[in-house]
Amino acid sequence: MAVNADYSADAKELTINIKGRFDFGSHQDFRDAYERVDGSPQAYKINLKETTYLDSSALGMLLLLRDHAGGDTAKVKLVNSSTDVKKILAISNFDKLFEIE
Amino acid sequence: MSMLAASEPLTVLIADDNMTDRMLLSSIVRRQGHRVLTASDGQEAVDVFAERRPQLVLLDAMMPVLDGFEAARQIKELAGESLVPIIFLTSLTEEDALVRCLEAGGDDFLAKPYNQVILAAKIKAMDRMRRLQATVLEQRDQITRHHGYLLNEQRVAKAVFDQVAHSGCLSSPNIRYMQSPYALFNGDLLLAAFTPYGGMHVLLGDFTGHGLPAAVGAMPLAEVFYGMTAKGYGLAEILREMNAKLKRILPVDMFCCATLLNLNFQRRVVEVWNGGMPDGYLYRSESGEHVPLRSRHLPLGVLSRASFQEKTEVFSLAPGDRLFLLSDGVIETANDDEDLFGVERLERVFELNRDPTRLFEDVQAALGAFHGESRDDVSMVQVEMVEPGELEPPATVYSDSGASSPLNWSMTLELRGDTLKRFNPLPYLLQLLQEIHGLRSQSGALYSVLSELYSNALEHGVLGLDSTLKRDAEGFAQYYEQRSTRLNHLKDGYVRLHFMVQPEGRGGRLTIDVEDSGQGFDPHQVMSRSPEEEGLSGRGLKLIRQLSDKAQWSEDGRSASVEFSWGALA
Repeated sequence: MAVNADYSADAKELTINIKGRFDFGSHQDFRDAYERVDGSPQAYKINLKETTYLDSSALGMLLLLRDHAGGDTAKVKLVNSSTDVKKILAISNFDKLFEIE
Repeated sequence: MSMLAASEPLTVLIADDNMTDRMLLSSIVRRQGHRVLTASDGQEAVDVFAERRPQLVLLDAMMPVLDGFEAARQIKELAGESLVPIIFLTSLTEEDALVRCLEAGGDDFLAKPYNQVILAAKIKAMDRMRRLQATVLEQRDQITRHHGYLLNEQRVAKAVFDQVAHSGCLSSPNIRYMQSPYALFNGDLLLAAFTPYGGMHVLLGDFTGHGLPAAVGAMPLAEVFYGMTAKGYGLAEILREMNAKLKRILPVDMFCCATLLNLNFQRRVVEVWNGGMPDGYLYRSESGEHVPLRSRHLPLGVLSRASFQEKTEVFSLAPGDRLFLLSDGVIETANDDEDLFGVERLERVFELNRDPTRLFEDVQAALGAFHGESRDDVSMVQVEMVEPGELEPPATVYSDSGASSPLNWSMTLELRGDTLKRFNPLPYLLQLLQEIHGLRSQSGALYSVLSELYSNALEHGVLGLDSTLKRDAEGFAQYYEQRSTRLNHLKDGYVRLHFMVQPEGRGGRLTIDVEDSGQGFDPHQVMSRSPEEEGLSGRGLKLIRQLSDKAQWSEDGRSASVEFSWGALA
């Protein structure tokens, strides 16, 4: 499991990449990824391309980020999720809260 | 470990039958700052050890009475769990003799003639090992102690929780379930309760996380579930309240996935709400078909009050049909090769089942065969649709004396337009009617009739829904689709409920008149329908007749009147 974050060229969007299992073990790293950044991004992109597994505490972490980013006005996109990860997001109906690509 | 601690003086036992060697070694060890005990043979060494408990032993291998190897064995046994390092003193050089030293429990050996520097280093190294072992033991005992505390806390918490959940009806004959006794601490929650109308509410929930945090949210959830079910609230109101409560008390990253069922045995329907749980199943015993009960909503405790969706799905049921709910622990049960049990295997069990009464055992057996042992976060429940009256809800315990029972009153409640969309008057009416002590023995029948009358007035009257639609499964779905659409577009219309309570001799009588703004119907024609014509459609009118003392409809079918009487109270 590894979490890292980088800004888009215009420094408006923060992309957080999650490698491996996204579960309670990534809690601190995930929070650090958006709390310990310079500037204030207007949008967030969670790149799940290399995420192999996602559990309910990961869903909780996504809610924390959404809250941090402004709650109902937050712009948080979940991108590149695998079929398995998509299934988990679908059961929880997280597409009602996040834009999923 | 500090350097100071490492150089603390030790008590060292030196056992050697050669007096010169013994004295030489004693003086070296003493000079290094340790206390010395001596023994001149193996037996004496064991005796001194037993009595004085030195922390380190220097043992000659070849000694009379008892040789060093046997002495080492006995000393190690006396030492028990704590590490008492034994260094063999030996002039032996053959490999297998040295191996024997270690096999007998020796930790190291020192060859004669003694080298002071090496001896000091070995004593220091052995002391480090001894302390490490002591620390490990201490920590192990601490962990054991804390684990004991934790288990005890869980036991107490569970006992408290069981008190909160005491009114549940999980022991009802139509319910089968499987759950670890400590599932609560995995965040799993299973609740079931009779509704005052003779139906049943069931909840299977799964909080995020583990341990105490996961269990904390379960208490308020159970209280809302049991409290509101007993008061006659429907799923929509209960869901709204649960969601709002969890949203308020839980941190942002915690929520509760849940499936709720509302079984109505009279109407033979089940209402389902699934937010974030794996698919449940409706197993039709006649056809063997299994209909998935899908998650349509976000879990409880995520959305604000304003955006929460309590929309339920309604399915028709026949006696013998089974509803099957499960936690993700079932699907994620892994075997030794880390394969998951999975949805396909589960559905395969449904397909292969030939005897619906064995369905639950079949699933359990399949899980067992797949994994061998059950995980403690596996929760499943199966609820069977039964004939109304087959189950006996426990009598409600009332705490008041009955002295203030109001016996001479009347009341009219008229619900109009918009109010009909969201407001459910039944819980409020129940609370009022419950005050009449003479009616308590027939409260089940009374509430069933009242809820039936209200549904009829709203659905067939105000909304003008055709009950014959419910003849088959397809029409059934259509019916509830139309109900929801028409309710959404409802602008005017009314349902008027009139209650009159009159004393009669030493008893009394309650009359309920229900009138609606709909088109009405021909009560004679509806009453004379054959069961075939009716299919899944309303047995409502017949039910009302059966359960009340007297029931009649106006010729235009726009108003109904029922009576309940009671005699003198014992």
